[in-house]
Amino acid sequence: MALSTSSNFARPDDAFRAIVEAHRGLSDAESADLDAALVLILANHIGDIDVLREAIVLAKRRMIDGQQQQQQQQ
Amino acid sequence: MAQAKTQFGYRRHPDQDRPGPNPAEHAVVVVGAGPVGLSLAIDLAQRGQRVVLLDDADRIGEGSRAICFSKRSLEYWDRLGVGDRMVDKGVVWSVGRIFHGESQLYQFNLLPEDGHKRPAFINLQQYYAEAYLVDRITDLPGIDLRWRNKVTALEQRNDSVVLTIETPEGAYRLSTQYVIACDGARSSLRQMVGAEFAGQVFEDQFLIADVKMTAEFPTERWFWFDPPFHGGRSALLHRQPDDVWRIDLQLSRDADPVFEKKPENVRPRIARMLGHDKFEFEWISLYKFQCRRMDRFLHGRVIFAGDSAHQVSPFGARGANSGLEDAENLSWKLDRVLRGSSPASLLESYHLERSLAADENIRESTRSTDFMAPNTDQEARLRKAVLSLAKVTEFGKRMVNGGRLSVPCSYDSPLSSPDAEAWRGGPRPGCSMLDAPIEARAGEQSYLTDMFRNGGTDFALLSFSNGAAVEAPDGVKDIRIGGAGGLADSAGLAAKRYDAEPGSAYLLRPDGYVAARFRHPTRGSIAAALSRAEGLN
Repeated sequence: MALSTSSNFARPDDAFRAIVEAHRGLSDAESADLDAALVLILANHIGDIDVLREAIVLAKRRMIDGQQQQQQQQ
Repeated sequence: MAQAKTQFGYRRHPDQDRPGPNPAEHAVVVVGAGPVGLSLAIDLAQRGQRVVLLDDADRIGEGSRAICFSKRSLEYWDRLGVGDRMVDKGVVWSVGRIFHGESQLYQFNLLPEDGHKRPAFINLQQYYAEAYLVDRITDLPGIDLRWRNKVTALEQRNDSVVLTIETPEGAYRLSTQYVIACDGARSSLRQMVGAEFAGQVFEDQFLIADVKMTAEFPTERWFWFDPPFHGGRSALLHRQPDDVWRIDLQLSRDADPVFEKKPENVRPRIARMLGHDKFEFEWISLYKFQCRRMDRFLHGRVIFAGDSAHQVSPFGARGANSGLEDAENLSWKLDRVLRGSSPASLLESYHLERSLAADENIRESTRSTDFMAPNTDQEARLRKAVLSLAKVTEFGKRMVNGGRLSVPCSYDSPLSSPDAEAWRGGPRPGCSMLDAPIEARAGEQSYLTDMFRNGGTDFALLSFSNGAAVEAPDGVKDIRIGGAGGLADSAGLAAKRYDAEPGSAYLLRPDGYVAARFRHPTRGSIAAALSRAEGLN
């Protein structure tokens, strides 16, 4: 199975909102703790190492692209 | 502190009186009389080879060192004639518990099923294992064990290796077709061939204390993350024979090793853990570890096995056990090459197969180490999340890594013949054989591993009879289950573990690995698989 990047939620705003609200009132460290647990729970739910690796690649690529953009702007 | 259990005298050998340009010639010299070198020498001698075994010391090493010996190692030692002695002395265990803080996170059983001759593990001090192996060598013809013989130089020639050996009475030289370097992590032979030993160094320090005490803890492996008696770090408790307990405590990266190793400073740490100080020290050691391997295990006619070839962290019992797997993988191949029944290229499969195993062992033990000693804040955060999820979820428990214990590696090997038919289970080609209870004709209880061992371990054809079973080729031992005159599989476990139907057959290598398997074996298909496994094509 490949990583699905089409929109899977009927109401994507609800999903985004649920994650945002989970972080409300947390310090940066607490937020990072929450994210760590969330990533592990969701990764296990997906249960497919190839999908997980694809997701990691996608997440990291966005990060690298972002850094390159920043560097170009500087 | 523990003393060496056995001391041996240096004895002059006639080889030392040979003139320098004309050294004595041998077939195989094993360097290093640790568990790997001793086992390899016995294996080769049982196959009819004459072996010279050199060691630079005159005694069995001090301290318990390796203590966990795996089922696979015990099955190998059965074939070497020392299994019973090891198991009789050792403490048998299969259950491990993982704690976090005050509470147990989970427990695991490494051998949850019956019908195996040997347990998942025994714990036994390395000095006992070595002493029993030395005793076995004394009983065997063919092994010339020379203490206080230190190899100081090595010269590779086209058809031989010439070693220079230092003794208390001066140096001498000998010539040999092959040298097996089992001289440990600080191998001097590795330096002599100029090979690198690359890998990862871990900065964390661990304290090993073997203490003698009478205690009521069960014979299980207990591992703590952040225990109340050793806040923020990990701890391990494990039983050995003679009321000796292995305690392993993680220290900080900047702990002062000289200070930490002093018994008066170790004592309060252990007392906090045990809740009393009624114990004596057997051995204290402070270590950092490294995970690294040689790029190639073969250097011309010098072959590396055990810690000289690869080194892992101790969590997982992958050091000595993988060295013993090296020995069992190498000895039958070297024996065939020395006899001329297989080409020297068969030895390349030793490098290939045991490299796969070394990589797997390094990967597993590195992961365990990283879990125990996270390298960054984010790694520590992910570990914290796993430990807290483990309290409430099954998946969290399975992610907690307090050491993944040694199991035999599966080889993706040129010696294996791929399956040509459909199998739903059973050991694939390249996997280790599985044990199962069977009854010999007399109705006596026995095991498949016994049948494999009986009469010496060469290739064997394990077949599940359908009345007209195909015959094993010449020189291949027949192990026939079912049918007239066959072994009885009354519990049905052999058939189940091998996913066998009437007519199914497995071709086993001399090291107990599956070379090929057949639903409908023919003389031709067996012969082809055999010749492939012998490195003949």
